Amino acid sequence: MKGMKIVLNGLIKENPTFCLLLGMCPTLATTTSAINGMGMGLCTMFVLMCSNMAVSAIKNLVPDKVRIPAFVVVIATFVTILQLVLQAYVPALNKSLGIFIPLIVVNCIILGRAEAFASKHNVFDSLLDGIGIGLGFTLALTLLGSVREMLGAGSIFGWKFISADSDGILLFILPPGAFIALGYLIAIVNRLRAKYEKK
Amino acid sequence: MAKLESTMKNMVLSLTLIALVASGLLGAVYALTKEPIETTNRNDKEKAIKDVLPDKSAIVGSPKEISMEGYADPFVIYPATLNGQLIGATVETYDNNGYGGKIKIMVGLKLDGSISDYHILETSETPGLGAKAEDWFRDKGNIRDKNPETTKFSPTKDGGDIDAITASTITSRAFLTAVQKAYEAFKEYQNTNK
Repeated sequence: MKGMKIVLNGLIKENPTFCLLLGMCPTLATTTSAINGMGMGLCTMFVLMCSNMAVSAIKNLVPDKVRIPAFVVVIATFVTILQLVLQAYVPALNKSLGIFIPLIVVNCIILGRAEAFASKHNVFDSLLDGIGIGLGFTLALTLLGSVREMLGAGSIFGWKFISADSDGILLFILPPGAFIALGYLIAIVNRLRAKYEKK
Repeated sequence: MAKLESTMKNMVLSLTLIALVASGLLGAVYALTKEPIETTNRNDKEKAIKDVLPDKSAIVGSPKEISMEGYADPFVIYPATLNGQLIGATVETYDNNGYGGKIKIMVGLKLDGSISDYHILETSETPGLGAKAEDWFRDKGNIRDKNPETTKFSPTKDGGDIDAITASTITSRAFLTAVQKAYEAFKEYQNTNK
């Protein structure tokens, strides 16, 4: 089925974090815990879905030469809406993600999908692409966040599985740990992919 | 519908239209979320002020600002009264020398100046190290019920009486300085309002 294929494409074949290596800045910075990673992923997914639909809907109204500024305005609008809503109703998440919410505007996955997919496909397919890529991003960030939280703090989603007094390997909570964990995750994913494609 | 040509007129029209729709949308969302955002912020602060007081049933009076030498921004004192009697205060205090810059804390003080509790409002300390301050000074380096008049509020490394957070002396130093300042501000408040 075509719809399913678009979603799966974003989730697996063109996974933004593990395959396209796009949007590295929020990926590395916000995944200090599983819940932060997931929050960031879901926020990005929301913006991606909205902007993909909007860009696809207005694609014929926008002359080619000014398409980038037009897309950026669309994306920035949705990000600002998201930030206002988070501030009003989920202040805790807004506080822990901090500056990375407004920075979703310049996340290249979003502009990339607007340019590569939404501006060439219909509204419904673009929504599906947004869901697929968004889920792929959320999944990757949650996974990376979980690994870092487990190794770095000895807990998962805030639930501690080592004694309360002890710490994990602190390095994994700090920025260098993000690079190390991401590197190993990509290696594992690539290995699995190679195995799967051979069959 | 065919795609619009990239003529000057089309480009200007299209961008203007998009910007107009976007600003209209944003205006609407802003108007809708303005109330809830203000309520959340106010509640957060009020809760923080009340939470650190020695007695939660106390009434928080109008804030008073006290300036200190060497500090650009004033310290804000929220006096707490019970049956018309001053029982302590919450002081919004800060220090700029944390590992990640400014640390802003709400410190609750009893009438004699000893610390009842605290809550960190703003911090950019390292996660896993300096960020532990929120629990540390209630637990291993307990500062509660200690009075800066008799206890020296600086890390043991600097000759003080409080255990610093492991591997985060700078954060501990800044935190304790901020608490010390809260105490001084409260003393000054008491002196001027006798």
